Amino acid sequence: MAASVLFDEPGPQTRRRHQLIGIGLVVVAGGILAWVLLKLKADGQFDQSVFDSLTQSNVWRAIGDGVVNTLKAAALSIVLAVALGFALATGRLSEHAVIRLPVRGLIEFFRAIPVLLMMIFFFSALAQYTDMETQTQGLVAVVAALTLYNGSVLAEVFRAGINAVPAGQVEAAYAVGMRKGQVLRIIQTPQAVRYMLPAIISQCVVTLKDTSLGFIITYLELLRQGKIIAEYVQNNLMTFTLIAIIYIVLNSIVSAIATWLEKRLATRGHDAAEAIAEIEDAVPMG
Amino acid sequence: MDGFSENWQDILIGFGVTVEMALVAGIIAFLLGSLLAALRVSPIPAGRAIGAIYVQLVRNTPLLLVMLISTFALPILGVKPEINMNAWFGLADRHTLLDFDFFFLSASVALGLYTASFVCEAVRSGINAIPLGQAEAARSVGMTFTQTLRHIVLPQAIRTVVPPLTSIYIAMTKNTSVAVGVGVTEATFQMKKLNNDYSNEIVLNFIGFAVGYMILVAIISSIGSALERRMAVA
Repeated sequence: MAASVLFDEPGPQTRRRHQLIGIGLVVVAGGILAWVLLKLKADGQFDQSVFDSLTQSNVWRAIGDGVVNTLKAAALSIVLAVALGFALATGRLSEHAVIRLPVRGLIEFFRAIPVLLMMIFFFSALAQYTDMETQTQGLVAVVAALTLYNGSVLAEVFRAGINAVPAGQVEAAYAVGMRKGQVLRIIQTPQAVRYMLPAIISQCVVTLKDTSLGFIITYLELLRQGKIIAEYVQNNLMTFTLIAIIYIVLNSIVSAIATWLEKRLATRGHDAAEAIAEIEDAVPMG
Repeated sequence: MDGFSENWQDILIGFGVTVEMALVAGIIAFLLGSLLAALRVSPIPAGRAIGAIYVQLVRNTPLLLVMLISTFALPILGVKPEINMNAWFGLADRHTLLDFDFFFLSASVALGLYTASFVCEAVRSGINAIPLGQAEAARSVGMTFTQTLRHIVLPQAIRTVVPPLTSIYIAMTKNTSVAVGVGVTEATFQMKKLNNDYSNEIVLNFIGFAVGYMILVAIISSIGSALERRMAVA
């Protein structure tokens, strides 16, 4: 970071000053942390009994079930979302306005409404019109909502990716007599996928996090299991903190893969890094 | 249509709570996010580390979990905010829109803390997008880090940051729906209630509330593009 353009390589005096400010910052941040920890300790959150109850084997079995349900919902959603994204992107890139405009409307609609609103809608509708088991209803509602939302987000990612393939490639393909479908399938998609992988993987983190909304429709994913455990061990805060750590570990692993891929892909090919950055602009943040 | 005609007041109040929550969380996210971004580009290693750790932890935690933790942690920390503005206006009965109860405030704070990590990243990449020569020129005329940031980099960065910030605020407004999980009676809560009370109008309820959210999103994105136009270099 010494290479930052915002400031010069500090001299001895500046370095001393920076050290002082740094110590000040650490003291403030550490002070806040210490105050929180002391308050929690005074409340008995760190008592041996809390740790004993959270390390019981049935608590960890419940967490394991939750992780399995979370990963199941996330994996199904992301696979279906990639398929839907490709389908929507193909429609969005169509030359026929009859196909392009309705598809565009669908993408805009699903991107503009909260994913939770869709989830509750699907859950209520399944409860009203089908007689599936409640847990199956929950899984279907979570997967359906996440697929529609992420499929629409990925459709824009794929479109940006396909547009990032240099025009010369497409022209050359037409020049050797390929049809439109062939150009898309044989020339554009294979190159675009390479640019899109990092964006797809960071969307996996979003999906994994969003499965936690299944909590609200009582699908037994990790967070809902956490609530059950919290009631069982009679401690909300420490249980949810434990659940948070598990989410952070899971997501950090996925993010690390995305970063690694991005670096690997960016070093190859001419303007891959630029294309990747451009595609990430298509992904909504937050 | 019974659900809408019999409950339109509750529904409007629900969207009102959604808007209020977006405003409270939006202010917290902007202030904290800018502060974190300043830390992350600062020449002080400890500041950079604090910013990076915050973003890494908060970005990887589901929003609903942040809300649950803040709802359970704040009372233990002795922080139990409640602002009932009805009394200020001498109103006897409790108007929901003037009564900021603990669950509303703790969920808004949680949403603000969560969104701050995204604001931080957007502002940071806006700063990084400023051409190197700008900062170099500022330094060569003898400006310090804070002067460079304040007079040269930030005024330009704000322009490039508007589009991603708009997208973050849209996502944040949609994210207010998550507060239904900690018992805030915002718009999504009202839809859930209507689905229970008028279970033969589920599709209609969904479309109605979806349109409500789309209007909010449209308002934010038009504010965003108006800002963009205003700030554009002629």
